[in-house]
Amino acid sequence: MFGKFARVVAGLSMAAWGVTAHAAYQLNLQTPATKEGVSVHELHTIILVICVVIFIGVFGAMGYAMYAHRKSKGHVAAQFHENTLVEILWTVIPFVILVLIAWPATRTLLAMRDTAQPDLTIKATGYQWKWGYDYLSGEGEGISFLSNLATPADQIHGTAPKGEHYLLEVDNPLVVPVGKKVRVLTTGADVIHSWYVPALAVKQDANPGFIRDTWFRADKEGTYRGQCAELCGKDHGFMPIVVEVVSAEKYTAWVGERTKKVAAAAEDADKVWDLAALKQRGEKVYQTNCVACHQANGMGTPPAFPPLSGSKVVNGPKEAQIALELNGKQGTAMAPFKQLSDTDLAAVITYVRNSWANKTGEVIQPAEIKAARK
Amino acid sequence: MSAVLDTHGHDDHAHHPTGIMRWVTTTNHKDIGTMYLWFSFTMFLVGGIMALVIRTELFAPGLQIVDPERFNAMTTYHGLIMVFGAIMPAFVGFANWLIPMQIGAPDMAFPRMNNLSFWLLPPAALLLIVAQFTPGGGAGVGWTMYAPLTVQAPMSMDLTIFAVHILGASSIMGSINIITTILNMRAPGMGLMRIPLFCWTWLITAYLLIAVMPVLAGAVTMTLTDRHFGTTFFNAAGGGDPVLYQHIFWFFGHPEVYIIAIPAFGVISQIIPAFARKPLFGYTSMVYATASIAVLSFLVWAHHMYTVGMPVEGQLYFMYATVLIAVPTGVKVFNWVATMWRGSLTFETPMLFACGFLFLFTMGGFTGLVLSIVPIDVQLHDTYYVVAHFHYVMVAGALFSAFGGIYFWLPKWTGKMYNETLGKWHFWLSFIFFNMTFFVQHFLGLAGMPRRIPDYSLQFTEFNVISSIGAWGFGLSQLLFLYIVVSTIRSGKKAADKQWDGADSLEWTHLPSPPPYHSFETPPVLK
Amino acid sequence: MASTTHSASRYYLPAPSKWPITAATAMLFVTFGAAFTVNHLTLGYVLLAIGLVIFAYMMFGWFGTVAHESEGGRFNQQVDASFRWGMSWFIYSEVMFFAAFFGALFYIRTFSIPWLADAENKLLWPDYSGAWPAAGFGPANVGDQFTPIAAFGLPAINTLLLLTSGVTVTIAHWALKVNKRGALIGWLAATIALGLTFLFVQMYEYGHAYHALNLKLTTGVFGSTFFMLTGFHGFHVTIGCIMLMAILGRSIAGHFKPEHHFGFEGVAWYWHFVDVVWLLLFILVYWL
Ligand code: HEA
Ligand code: HEA
Ligand code: HEC
Ligand code: CUA
Ligand SMILES: [Cu+2]
Repeated sequence: MFGKFARVVAGLSMAAWGVTAHAAYQLNLQTPATKEGVSVHELHTIILVICVVIFIGVFGAMGYAMYAHRKSKGHVAAQFHENTLVEILWTVIPFVILVLIAWPATRTLLAMRDTAQPDLTIKATGYQWKWGYDYLSGEGEGISFLSNLATPADQIHGTAPKGEHYLLEVDNPLVVPVGKKVRVLTTGADVIHSWYVPALAVKQDANPGFIRDTWFRADKEGTYRGQCAELCGKDHGFMPIVVEVVSAEKYTAWVGERTKKVAAAAEDADKVWDLAALKQRGEKVYQTNCVACHQANGMGTPPAFPPLSGSKVVNGPKEAQIALELNGKQGTAMAPFKQLSDTDLAAVITYVRNSWANKTGEVIQPAEIKAARK
Repeated sequence: MSAVLDTHGHDDHAHHPTGIMRWVTTTNHKDIGTMYLWFSFTMFLVGGIMALVIRTELFAPGLQIVDPERFNAMTTYHGLIMVFGAIMPAFVGFANWLIPMQIGAPDMAFPRMNNLSFWLLPPAALLLIVAQFTPGGGAGVGWTMYAPLTVQAPMSMDLTIFAVHILGASSIMGSINIITTILNMRAPGMGLMRIPLFCWTWLITAYLLIAVMPVLAGAVTMTLTDRHFGTTFFNAAGGGDPVLYQHIFWFFGHPEVYIIAIPAFGVISQIIPAFARKPLFGYTSMVYATASIAVLSFLVWAHHMYTVGMPVEGQLYFMYATVLIAVPTGVKVFNWVATMWRGSLTFETPMLFACGFLFLFTMGGFTGLVLSIVPIDVQLHDTYYVVAHFHYVMVAGALFSAFGGIYFWLPKWTGKMYNETLGKWHFWLSFIFFNMTFFVQHFLGLAGMPRRIPDYSLQFTEFNVISSIGAWGFGLSQLLFLYIVVSTIRSGKKAADKQWDGADSLEWTHLPSPPPYHSFETPPVLK
Repeated sequence: MASTTHSASRYYLPAPSKWPITAATAMLFVTFGAAFTVNHLTLGYVLLAIGLVIFAYMMFGWFGTVAHESEGGRFNQQVDASFRWGMSWFIYSEVMFFAAFFGALFYIRTFSIPWLADAENKLLWPDYSGAWPAAGFGPANVGDQFTPIAAFGLPAINTLLLLTSGVTVTIAHWALKVNKRGALIGWLAATIALGLTFLFVQMYEYGHAYHALNLKLTTGVFGSTFFMLTGFHGFHVTIGCIMLMAILGRSIAGHFKPEHHFGFEGVAWYWHFVDVVWLLLFILVYWL
């Protein structure tokens, strides 16, 4: 009880600290980085102004009545209760205003929905609770990785000061070239997520089993941060999106580097590992990919997330566990992890099978994963 | 055919039970109305405490008082309890008390069923509350209960589903009662275009309720079978679609928000003429405007789903249909202002709440209009802008209207007068803290803070701090309301039969304060 | 007493009653029981059973009371009109309940299945064809290959049965209006017999679907919509039959007057509603 209280106090004072050390608040939409963002911005301003003007008109009248037609000032009530002309006017005029609003809205919308002829197509898959990116076509085709929250847990729990990009930082950002039309296909692996980056003026739900799309063309280089915008369970608040928009050269360099890494990993896959090395690597993989559900101590949070420590699957035949990690389990939060490299999967499985109460002593080699993928 | 109760025969109402059994077995619309109102206030406190948990967690970045699962559960049950437990029953309470008195009837058309409508609510509330303590905790799925998150949720989801079922049954029976009463129990001479506007708004609301509550029941039933019986309505693997759930839900959900708003319009339409001492401007157009809002509300549901990836034609249609609702709603706002125009205004507490309603509801309406524009909604959907929008229309709209209604009719119901000074304090505290809580949320939403998150990045800190302080202030101000009501009942000064000189419906003109147990034993004579 | 049927000049207001709270208590048990039952908790079955018993007791008691009041001549014309409004709106709410499921079927057939099979979604479901009804087990072949039930076999017979029962109940109504009690009872009994036969055929058909056609509740979205729609309809036929039996009992006991018999008419309305829903089912679920 007291521990909790102390944590609350610590957390709140940390927060006060945060107040002095962060990016400034703002009163309007984020500065747009795309042409569509600019039109949305303008559209919002137009409508806001129209609303404010009507508001002032209506409540100016009400305010005047409240002031001038008070009983305490001796005002005697008139008895009129109908006037066909004004009633028609205040039906027709708003209608006209609405038509005027609908016009630019339609134009902007049609532009926003035109996903034809992209330079780059990327699939963004929402997982509980991270994003997976697959570059499907255009420069960088074939690149594929997971993007996890990078903020350490002690910042979240208030035992360390919060960094500048608290909760809006990831291990592997999405990298795209500036000035190119990027089409994003969204889908979900388990539940609905939503891919939302305010400065790029995109938000598209990621529905499990369906492909939906959106697009953006960033005009300025820079880092744009967003978050999952559809309630998706426990860590909905902890699955940010970071898009790095870079120059064409930098993008090419990044693609080269990525491709090399993939090649290296493929080579890696033929290597034979020993238990200690694999376990060490596996712990890292576990920390980024599995702790959210199964917890660092392997105990999970039943009944939602089963413990791995002492689990029948983990202590049973390894093929079953390999299949589970590769394919996930339909209809549960246990998603497929096939985007992880063979080595990473082998490592995490080895780690799980030899940690906490699990003492199988087995070493799963990357080659076995590679074979199981077929 | 006169509408008088059966005083002969062995069912004589003269020996009705006393004590607790009076309330448990009652068939009297006033008793039932009272129970609805107390139930509603209790649920308001429960839902309000949940809101305070949310706001306290959001006071500062980082996780402090609840873990994320519990936070999501708080959001979910706060929404469900406020909507189904607090606001809807409050207005059904008003309907029970007022409709028979305003149309000159002895009671509701089906008094026994009326009792059942009420007594289904406590089991539903119990289900929602017990759900918090089942293994796995409350279901953190949002009040909208989107599949397939609900398919993953722990067993509390099932309790919640069944709670929705009985809430639906209660609402349907209540609505059948209200429609039948208004259509069939009016005193001779009380033509449909003569009934007070409050009755009209309820007639229309009841129609909405009967049309959409069964649809919601269908949606959650499909969720139930997807969870336990292997159907795949919302699962693409089996040919279903999670978005199907959203369509069905919002076919209910959008009319639902008008189910909340329309009776509030009715209450305001009684209060404003009374304190302007001038008849309601445009009675006929009010009736037609309300009916148009109701009809339109069936045609706009997918404005909650602009980002699901529907075809662009769908987005355009739903945008056009949605903005149209501004026209009849505008007619209502203009009519209220025109009623005040050249009246002889006084500002007792009910009128203060009515003016507060008018001002803040309209603001919420305008933010609704902003949200209805697809390109803007793509930015603002599922952000705090939406949270700000709907608290403006539901708290400053429906809740303020309910407060105004309570102050307005409390003298009639109890025969005693509340303390005007304290009532004004209650209004001003509520008004200021309400805006402090929710106005700043517009900025949060514009800047991109998603809703339903237990923790946020640092640039959102200031406004969250302000909002949380406002929420505590708003919540504590409601304890003042409780005090005012209780002290009025226990020791208020005697109220006049016609406490407000501008009030002109039957309960003021034809009945004493408090009214007799059976309002109109003989039908009133109407000029 | 019976002669006072229409003499009640006042709107009947019932005295305080224990039936509503009994019903609410039953619902308390039923809902908690059902929620626990679907999670396989033993307590759930117990609660559910208790709830259903209380519910049955309440139904007998409440409707018995109403029948008694009606025969006692307490209900004047205005009360009668209230019942008419009430029953109409109740049936309307039932229509909307079915609308949710018909809406789901419509959406699945016109939107979600074609979407799942379109070019974009080849990325996720490369071999899905989307042809209804065969593709009704979804892109992941949930529940696997099945054969739909042919419309012009048993379902057509069932359609005839129900349509006929709509006629017989109307004949019974005519008989009642001209006070031919024998004919009333006979035609009512015939209606019930037709209803029960319908239910029997339906059960048989379900068995056939499960064992011979591999069509199950778990057969993707085809099975889901098929069994939920026909199942809820069957449930309503069952309720209708029970209501018919109740008024048959009352007819035998000499209840209802030629000019005053809303209890009868309400049930007849309900039965026609069940009939119409079946017609829609036959066309939209079995045929098209
Ligand atoms: C009482 C309840 C209530 C009411 C009355 C309204 C009224 C309106 N709402 Fe709101 N709404 C909600 C409750 C309500 N809403 C809730 C609960 C949600 C969120 C649900 C959830 O996701 O959890 C929501 C969400 C919501 C969304 C989805 C946002 C999102 O999730 O992305 C949209 C989008 O179109 C919307 C629009 C509107 C509109 C156009 C109106 C209109 O009816 C407003 C009309 C009124 C006016 C416009 C002001 C008065 C008019 C005039 C003075 C006339 C002149 C005006 C002009 C010509 C502009 N609402
Ligand atoms: C009419 C309905 C209604 C009402 C009245 C309210 C009232 C309030 N709401 Fe709520 N709200 C919703 C309907 C409503 N809300 C809905 C539908 C949602 C969406 C849910 C979802 O996303 O699924 C929502 C969501 C919602 C959120 C967003 C949560 C999230 O996205 O994670 C927030 C956050 O600030 C919030 C705050 C508040 C506050 C501070 C109040 C205050 O006005 C409450 C004030 C009242 C009190 C605080 C009670 C007073 C009691 C005490 C002070 C306690 C003392 C008493 C005793 C001990 C006996 N609400
Ligand atoms: C989003 C939450 C989530 C994440 C992340 C996750 N799991 Fe799971 N995991 C689950 C759930 C839920 C189940 C239970 C599935 C079921 O109902 O059978 C599960 C089951 C398992 C099981 C079987 C346990 C048993 O006894 O049934 C193993 C092994 C497992 N997960 C390993 C992993 C590994 C290794 C990782 C990381 C690479 C991981 N999980 C990441 C949610 C998750
Ligand atoms: Cu993913 Cu929210
Ligand atoms: Cu809406």
